[in-house]
Amino acid sequence: MNGLFERKYIIQGIFIAVAAIIAARLSYLQLIDKSYLLSANNNVLRKMVIYPARGVILDRNGQVLVQNEPVYDLLVTPREVKELDTALLCELVGIDKEGFERRMATARAYSPYKASQFEKQLPATAYAKLQEHLYKFRGFYIQNRTVRSYPDSIAAQFLGYIQEVNERDIERSNGFYRPGDYIGASGVESAYEELLRGQRGVKNVMVDAFNRPQGSFAEGRYDTLAVAGDGLISSLDKDLQILAEKLMRNKIGSVVAIEPATGEILTFVSSPSYDPNMMVGRERGNNYAKLLHDPYKPMFIRPMQAQYPPGSVFKVVSALTAQQAGMIDEHTIFNCPGGYRYGSGRVMRCMHVDGPTQLIRSIQHSCNTYYGYTYARMIDQRGMPSAQAYGLWRDAVMKFGIGQPLGIDLPGEKAGLLPSADFYTKRYGNAKWGSSYNISLSIGQGEMGITPLQMANVMAIVANRGFYYRPHLIKAIGDKKIVKPEFTEKISAGVDAKYYEPVIEGMSRVVNLPGGTGYSVRIADIEMCGKTGTAQNPHGQDHAVFFAFAPRENPKIAIAVVVENAGFGGTWAGPIASMLIEKYLKDTITLPQYIQDRIYKADLLPKPKTAKPQEVVKSPPAKPSQPSKSPEEEEEEVLFVHHSALARRYD
Amino acid sequence: MTNPHRHKLFGGEVDWFTIILWLLLCIIGWFNIHAAVFDPDNPELFNMNTNYGKQSIYIFSAMVLAVTILIVDAKFYSSVSPILYVITILLLIAVLVIGRNVGGNQAWIPIGSFRLQPSEFAKLATCLLLGRYLSTQSTKNPNLGTLLTGASIVLLPVMLVLLQPDTGSALAFFALVFVFYREGYISGPWMLFGALCIMLFVLTLAFNQWVIISVIAVVCALGIYYFRKRRKAITSLIIFFVISTAYVFCVDFVYENVLQSHQRNRIDVILGKIDDPRGQGYNLNQSMIAIGSGQFWGKGYLQGTQTKYNFVPEQSTDFIFCTIGEEWGFVGSMVVISLYLTLLLRIVNIAERQRTAFARIYAYGVASILFFHFAINIGMTIGIVPIIGIPLPFISYGGSSLWSFTILLFIMLKFDANKKGIV
Ligand SMILES: [Zn+2]
Repeated sequence: MNGLFERKYIIQGIFIAVAAIIAARLSYLQLIDKSYLLSANNNVLRKMVIYPARGVILDRNGQVLVQNEPVYDLLVTPREVKELDTALLCELVGIDKEGFERRMATARAYSPYKASQFEKQLPATAYAKLQEHLYKFRGFYIQNRTVRSYPDSIAAQFLGYIQEVNERDIERSNGFYRPGDYIGASGVESAYEELLRGQRGVKNVMVDAFNRPQGSFAEGRYDTLAVAGDGLISSLDKDLQILAEKLMRNKIGSVVAIEPATGEILTFVSSPSYDPNMMVGRERGNNYAKLLHDPYKPMFIRPMQAQYPPGSVFKVVSALTAQQAGMIDEHTIFNCPGGYRYGSGRVMRCMHVDGPTQLIRSIQHSCNTYYGYTYARMIDQRGMPSAQAYGLWRDAVMKFGIGQPLGIDLPGEKAGLLPSADFYTKRYGNAKWGSSYNISLSIGQGEMGITPLQMANVMAIVANRGFYYRPHLIKAIGDKKIVKPEFTEKISAGVDAKYYEPVIEGMSRVVNLPGGTGYSVRIADIEMCGKTGTAQNPHGQDHAVFFAFAPRENPKIAIAVVVENAGFGGTWAGPIASMLIEKYLKDTITLPQYIQDRIYKADLLPKPKTAKPQEVVKSPPAKPSQPSKSPEEEEEEVLFVHHSALARRYD
Repeated sequence: MTNPHRHKLFGGEVDWFTIILWLLLCIIGWFNIHAAVFDPDNPELFNMNTNYGKQSIYIFSAMVLAVTILIVDAKFYSSVSPILYVITILLLIAVLVIGRNVGGNQAWIPIGSFRLQPSEFAKLATCLLLGRYLSTQSTKNPNLGTLLTGASIVLLPVMLVLLQPDTGSALAFFALVFVFYREGYISGPWMLFGALCIMLFVLTLAFNQWVIISVIAVVCALGIYYFRKRRKAITSLIIFFVISTAYVFCVDFVYENVLQSHQRNRIDVILGKIDDPRGQGYNLNQSMIAIGSGQFWGKGYLQGTQTKYNFVPEQSTDFIFCTIGEEWGFVGSMVVISLYLTLLLRIVNIAERQRTAFARIYAYGVASILFFHFAINIGMTIGIVPIIGIPLPFISYGGSSLWSFTILLFIMLKFDANKKGIV
């Protein structure tokens, strides 16, 4: 033994010290710092969002209007991307190198550590190919979800569409939505969003270092199930809707048919329409821009957003309100010399020289003179100032759902126009104005605008002899078939049932007596009550209007058809209404084939005047997913004319 | 001196305590290799094509090897040491010429399906020759010439291994400094000096050199004030300041101009100078996540997600400790560390009871090499030393490493069992 023996202790001391340092470090890593446990979980745990199936929408007979179709989103977590075969990925996804860089930059900008959308809505074929190679693409994941699919490509404006949420949607939802989610943006999709969307689920999946799924975490104890959205049953009759859209092809206008006993809307056509499938899939952005710039404005929901001076339909309301007010009755006679004279020698012309005319005949012949006198009585002869009488008249008219939104279950419904007494007092500087100042209102012209929906609703009121249910498009919600309470409330139009008979008789004669304007479209075995009309159009040819209900007793359908720029109502709108009613009630069409063909083939789109394609080219490229304005806002149509302009026409 | 663990066999009393430690480490190794390569979809226990299957064979053959070593006469190892050393040196040269390039290192010589790694055996040959050479020198008066010759024996294989280049294996030889210290060729202050050098080296790389120099200056100034009445101390402190300042600049120069970029990178990551979870630091980060997530009791055998799902690289070889840390937790880690520490202390005790200088020096060599591997391997998985690819003795997967450590250990046990005989 030499004297260096003690150095053994130094050496052993060093060994012990180093072991102690290692032990200390380990106790820090394993006992104190919990972040490593978290990181290990982050490594292997992927929270897969399970998107619920959006509620399916059926028609009133249980046929599918909207269903879901699976698509696959490709997500990327930029920080995990490593040794990527960019060329292969680009080829499989169908993008170029630039597109790849752009998408990666967007994803990185969102978050380097969180997964975000790389490419959305890959079709099933692309998905299958990609899935095979996915293990090569570290940091990329596939996410299943569903998109809407419309088997018959109908009812686009009613069904509406869904789009990716924008920041405002996310903010408003208090975090319910996340970037990449979809939200109903118009139509039923928007109105019933909260019911349709369902509830997201989360599945915790373990993955290995190459991102390959390795099974569920903790036997799925922390998973939540996705809850599918509620299904909706629409009041639409799919077959009738298909026929109506076919009839309205190449025409601008609307068809609204209502079941009077319930307020359920059977047909809701806005023409020109578009294929709702255009608003789905990867071409959506382009299609959306195309639709926005379409000169015929297919995104405009005409049945509830277009407003026309109602014309003859308003005579029905005038006749009813005047009877209720006691200003006329069934036997009241006014003489028609071919026009109504008012003010200082001005004349509101009539189509015919009707001579002494009773109420029924006034409806049958649509006598302007009769309603000029009636309006004059309502405003000037009620023993009160005209403005006050006008107020009473206006209240009575509004009870028919005119001049206010009806409360249909779609967003964006317009109220129409029915000016208040103050409007005229302001316009004429004092309250000394009388019926002659706005006599055109008596026949539904001038400062009056009503939507096709409101027209159809007036028909439903007449069919019901005095009441209506709010027109609606969804008749039952979910498995329990819940009906919204506001749609079961019976609303009175303020006119007693007995006053309806002469009006209905007049409308029946329009269709069923030879010489009536609707005689050519009468339906065998069914007593249809209808009325042709013409909505003034200061911009061009008048709009054809036909409204009707049938059968006379126990009516099943009330309808309003508007065909813009089509002139006289009996020619175009009448046959359309007649065919739809017959189809609905008897499931056949007996109208002569040549009339049907004429309708199907007619192209009434106003070509050169409205279509300005060069404007589309000049306009800056649209931002497809987030329009700064909704199409509804951009497409406000003004169809009103100053009544003085009308008055000049009658002179 | 009677010990219940000793037994008359193999021509003497074998230290069974050490053999049990060795066996435990091998078994722990096998289980963790199994866990590291475990495939949940294909959970057969024994498959010769997998790492744990092969490791079974390696362990078994290591046992055969151990018995053989204990049977062979102790004199053989001493007499053969010069030849063994020469052969090893030749092999190290050969590997540079015909070796297989594995992971950037020219380290393997393929012999059939087996891959021979001469650097593993170079440690054994070096320890033996060093023991033999130093034991022939007078220990009463350790002189500089002996130290330099001894150092040359160590540095020759180091140079060759560095040429492969296998920095990790080369560094292991430096652990033999403990041998020189124990034998009196290096004094305590020089050891302290060496430790200071290493510390300054790391600190210089970790911090700005001017910060380090300022700190040294402040320390020296305080020292000078404290020893203001002792001139000699003041002189020493001033010399210390000058030398350390020069050293710091040297380190910086070497770091910037001599080290290869991947080595610089590894050092940078370990020192926290660059944060790059997907680059060089990725391995370290995943390794620490694996160990840290083991918590107190561990996740359980075959339950480690980091291990099972391949987040940790090289997990059956260099990073095997991750599997231990993750699946067996703090408790398991402490057991393994205790086993190593016990083994190391035991070897030192064995060394000290040898009657010949050769056996003692050799045993210290074994302790030094094992200590280095233990400290550096575990140290790198927990982020306190740079990532240097060296195996954890007896636990890491691989025939070369298991056999070379086994041979290293059992030759020492043979000397111990035979210590009454003359070597
Ligand atoms: Zn008339």
